[in-house]
Amino acid sequence: MTPEELQRIAAEELQARQHARHRIGVCTASGCLSCGSREVLTAIKQEAADKPEMNLRVEGVGCMGLCSRGPLVWVQTNPPPTETSTAASADASPTASAPNLPDASPDDSADITTDASSDRPTGASARAESALLYKQLTPDDAPTLIATLAAAPASPTAAAAPPATTAEQTSAQDSTQTSAQAPATGDHPLAQKICDPAMPFFKRQVKVVLDQFENIDPERLESYLAADGYLALLDCLHHRRPPEIIDEITRSGLRGRGGGGYPTGLKWSTVAKASAFVPQAGQGHAGSGRQSAGEAERPDGPRKYVICNADEGDPGAFMDRSVLESAPHRVLEGMAIAAYAVGADFGYIYVRAEYPLAVERLRKAIGQAEKQGLLGRNIGGSDFNFQVEIRLGAGAFVCGEETALLASIEGRRGQPRPRPPYPAEHGLWGCPTLINNVETFANVAAIINRGADWFASLGTDKSKGTKVFALAGKVANTGLIEVPMGISLTEIVNEMGGGTPDEAGGAIKAVQTGGPSGGCIPAAHFNLPVDYESLQAEGSIMGSGGMIIMDDTAAMVDVARFFMEFCVEESCGKCTPCRVGTKQVLLLLEKIGRGEGRPADLTQLEELCHLLQQTSLCGLGQSAANPVLSTLRFFRREYVELLAGEEEA
Amino acid sequence: MSGGRVITLQIDGRDCGAREEQTILEVARENGIYIPTLCHLNGLHPVGGCRICLVEIAGAPRPLPACVTHPVEGMQVTTDNPELRRQRRLILELMLAEGNHICAVCVVNGHCELQELALQLGVDHLEVPALYPSREVDASHPRFGLDRNRCVLCTRCVRVCGEIEGAHTWDVMGRGLQAMVISDLNQPWGEAESCTGCGKCVQVCPTGALFEKGKSAGEMVKRHLHLPLLTAMRREEEAGE
Repeated sequence: MTPEELQRIAAEELQARQHARHRIGVCTASGCLSCGSREVLTAIKQEAADKPEMNLRVEGVGCMGLCSRGPLVWVQTNPPPTETSTAASADASPTASAPNLPDASPDDSADITTDASSDRPTGASARAESALLYKQLTPDDAPTLIATLAAAPASPTAAAAPPATTAEQTSAQDSTQTSAQAPATGDHPLAQKICDPAMPFFKRQVKVVLDQFENIDPERLESYLAADGYLALLDCLHHRRPPEIIDEITRSGLRGRGGGGYPTGLKWSTVAKASAFVPQAGQGHAGSGRQSAGEAERPDGPRKYVICNADEGDPGAFMDRSVLESAPHRVLEGMAIAAYAVGADFGYIYVRAEYPLAVERLRKAIGQAEKQGLLGRNIGGSDFNFQVEIRLGAGAFVCGEETALLASIEGRRGQPRPRPPYPAEHGLWGCPTLINNVETFANVAAIINRGADWFASLGTDKSKGTKVFALAGKVANTGLIEVPMGISLTEIVNEMGGGTPDEAGGAIKAVQTGGPSGGCIPAAHFNLPVDYESLQAEGSIMGSGGMIIMDDTAAMVDVARFFMEFCVEESCGKCTPCRVGTKQVLLLLEKIGRGEGRPADLTQLEELCHLLQQTSLCGLGQSAANPVLSTLRFFRREYVELLAGEEEA
Repeated sequence: MSGGRVITLQIDGRDCGAREEQTILEVARENGIYIPTLCHLNGLHPVGGCRICLVEIAGAPRPLPACVTHPVEGMQVTTDNPELRRQRRLILELMLAEGNHICAVCVVNGHCELQELALQLGVDHLEVPALYPSREVDASHPRFGLDRNRCVLCTRCVRVCGEIEGAHTWDVMGRGLQAMVISDLNQPWGEAESCTGCGKCVQVCPTGALFEKGKSAGEMVKRHLHLPLLTAMRREEEAGE
């Protein structure tokens, strides 16, 4: 596909969208599907088919973030087809990313997207201008929804809500929605189900990775192209040399989003410098190299690999899943750019089998991209080749560790090996291999399109850009958010998350970040800026972005025990400290939890945790003690109280 | 094996010369410096799993296994200090607590590497509770037996069978505490078609997990001195081709 063809398809798609009188988008990511959005979509489609005169365009779209209130549906009414007058109330748009971004003036992207930007008004901004977001819709609501559209006045733009007046709108959704929407909705039959676009959950977000998810039909390539998809890839292939791309990524300050926070540009340049290598079956272990069917047809020459790590396994984390389910092409585009930059021609996506929908959509996306010449041979008319295959994980947490992941792809037992040598030098079948997380790859196209300086202007000094977090636990608005690095935990938990859910009402006690490798940060430290260094200093980690919010009913010894149970279950068994040490730590936690602990047990607990940290082979074991150590650090009293009870008895 | 760069490093304050493809363990042994090991065996591919051979390297955030770490010019290695001794002892305790290591009734009593290591590191009692697992014993092979309760998952048997004998009868199944060595696709050893009955696995096993049948307590003496010879022979053969 040439850039011209791409733009033609994108323009056609945008035109088709604009042509419709009303556009209706139904979330089709796992969160909403699990509460029935498939049925809602079918019901609305049925209604739309029954009333062809209304000229409705009904689409399944990507994740909109507010997963706790699914199924989410947005409805946009296009202005009469006289003139595309947009502009106006951009700042009232909760989900339109462009107007919210600090330096997102059109000039930034002009040099790359000149042609596309002229068609742009129909994109996110137009949808947000007049869109209403409905929550918790049921199939029974579909007729009502369509009926309101039929009765709607010609210009529903008045619905654009005023900006939130105060930031402290905890549990805003129910109390403020009616007032915000009052001008337009008055006696709206579904008034109770309209979300307030001004609620902090939406207002505070800055979307780069999740950009335009509400506009992208995950199953259609055209839909992604209309969101400036694959522009960056074609731009790279036709106008930039690999070192320039690596330089762009380096200057952007992007760091690995899988948790480690390793500078992405540095990783890319290392792999780019490593010399390609002839793949060797059975590295190290006899009889262990089982080559896949796809491998057989490949050339025998030296090569490099690009791998996307989508083995998201932290309890309570679902960022990668949502990205893959909502915009699989965005990840593929990032991988292709990376492959071009480092000189690789083959890629794997290692995704866990527990994400069937993500796998299905990835498969579809790869097929579409190959058909359009955006993957495969001579991409975009250049001489760059890049082929992508999916590898399914079989449910082992440790396979998210890069060396274990490599072993698993090679067909061996998923166990880590000591590093160095690092995969950048000696990776898959001995070849230099670039391994990045889903979210890291999803940032790439935006950086190329809008420039390193734009990206670097987001976030903090050392942690640039944005981060996607999955809010879970005792918080009103659970779901997916993307915020600039450096935002405080209070803002995330209390403002965007909306505090504790209404029924419970308990005070928020702590937030657990980073899954089984992270730690608990007490509410007293919630002014902490969220970036790699600050979280580490508090004994936690950024991790892949799971945030579990706990209220005062949570007993911290139990929390530590839960994560240690997870580690015992998921330890691969290769090294002694992790295999046996985690079990011994768990036994101690259980003993203390039962009230049978003695002061000496606390000492031994710390000693074992220290041993785990110091002597385990891989990151899983080394960080397995973090939940215990961080709760010991901030909630030691809870441990001691359990001991004291025993001594008195 | 030739052609690698030659470098110097310091081990316990002593200057040592080394080729860069050597491991710290090899260099230390050449220089008469003792580093305790368990899963390592000369001639087998090192895995760095048991964590007994941990050494401290100046500048590294945590101790590293000597059996898989390569020397770097100017590297300063410490093989013995109170902290390392404490860590090794604790790791060995964990290992002893994991299985059922009851020396008095064991076939290798007195000839056991695990037992020797415990004596050497001064592990005379356990501070962590023993887990007393109940693991399967496989006595289906006509000449050998496998008692998984004595297994420390060093994977020497797996490696010797795959790398030296070339049969790959053994492998590891399951994860964490449930990990165990299996023959073929978890068939009884006696029915494992790939097994050649060579017995190398039995000889290299550091404990009494793999043993010859008919031996009573303390009678099983392991012989694995032939292994380095086999490896050297194979290497020469490869070089000659």
